[in-house]
Amino acid sequence: MDALATYALRLGDDSLILGQRLSEWCGHAPALEVDLSLANVALDQIGQATLFLNLAGEIEGAGRDGDKLAFHRDVMDFTNCLLVEQQNGDFAQTIARQFLFSHYQELMFAALAASKDARFAAIAAKAVKEVTYHATLASDWVVRLGDGTGESRVRMNAGLDWMWRFADELFVMDDVDAAALAVGVGVDKAALRSAWDQRIDAVLTDATLSRPAARRPVLGGRTGRHSEHLGHLLSEMQFLQRAYPGATW
Amino acid sequence: MIAVAAISSVERIRAILANVPDPEIPAVSVVDLGIVREIAEDAVTITPTYTGCPATLAIEQMIRVALDDSGFAHVAIETTLSPPWSTDWISDEGREKLRAYGIAPPPKGAGASALKNAQAAECPRCGSSNTEEISRFGSTPCKALWRCKSCAEPFDRFKCH
Repeated sequence: MDALATYALRLGDDSLILGQRLSEWCGHAPALEVDLSLANVALDQIGQATLFLNLAGEIEGAGRDGDKLAFHRDVMDFTNCLLVEQQNGDFAQTIARQFLFSHYQELMFAALAASKDARFAAIAAKAVKEVTYHATLASDWVVRLGDGTGESRVRMNAGLDWMWRFADELFVMDDVDAAALAVGVGVDKAALRSAWDQRIDAVLTDATLSRPAARRPVLGGRTGRHSEHLGHLLSEMQFLQRAYPGATW
Repeated sequence: MIAVAAISSVERIRAILANVPDPEIPAVSVVDLGIVREIAEDAVTITPTYTGCPATLAIEQMIRVALDDSGFAHVAIETTLSPPWSTDWISDEGREKLRAYGIAPPPKGAGASALKNAQAAECPRCGSSNTEEISRFGSTPCKALWRCKSCAEPFDRFKCH
């Protein structure tokens, strides 16, 4: 795959894996309203994944569409960031993951909407409206849990502490990112960091929480070095196409 | 004698589409919701509401059937993402239909900037503004759950988008 196809693939994989993770909550969330919210966020992410993966296939030009890319790749071919494949854990851990990711994704899509490539720009301009809701939802819950009971506070802190080590990867600029940026298609992700820091800090202040202690960043998702968890997620998501390759209905 | 002006095919297609209901909210048509963006003699352009809206495919199929049944099988259906769909495109008639159906319509001209500070919705049953949001996400991507504190009825609100 060339750089732009890989660029679209990464965006699609982030959305796909987060969407699949969130859908695991369906029917299990602590309250009906939360169940609806997480399922809706999952649906938006899977919709975005469909558009980006179809675009990746179109740029690649090898006859693969979004479905083919989602269901017929193995774990090391996935290029999502490590944050989105983290397990749901308890509700606070899920919210911590959503909080860190949605604020990144909102900034990312807002910038990508100005891409010189109309295909990337159109998807981003549409998706950013959806992600604005996700970021607000996650922030509201960080405040509610952080500034809530003793128990909810302990759990919110624990969730943030675990997820924090995967945040740096969101802003790393590697060769693919640099190539996409150089042709005016991609986004300077490193430049989004300060706006992201401000947003995160503002919500943490509202939640009467402080940032987790700095940790050595964990990287590797963009080049296919994933945690054990992704394989388990794929084995469920891809079951049907693995058992009955090419099945359609 | 004045010749009866032929109704243009574009107008006929528009009339056909005005009778294609949204599969999730059948009280309004795909034209009311602003899903139909452009009508030409040989093509209809539509846009999805939300990227993951499961009704998108159903809507396209329903439009296809309606066109085929009315002798417009040659008219193509094209999909565009840009500019992104907005609730500002819901017609005044569509807003009234939503209200009558029990769904509070989105404020007009609010757009994305109002997302974070949604003003109180007007209860579609009693008209009171003494209402509160229960959940920002509801039974479909386009709706939020609200409750009226005057008449105590819960209701759906079409989200500003």
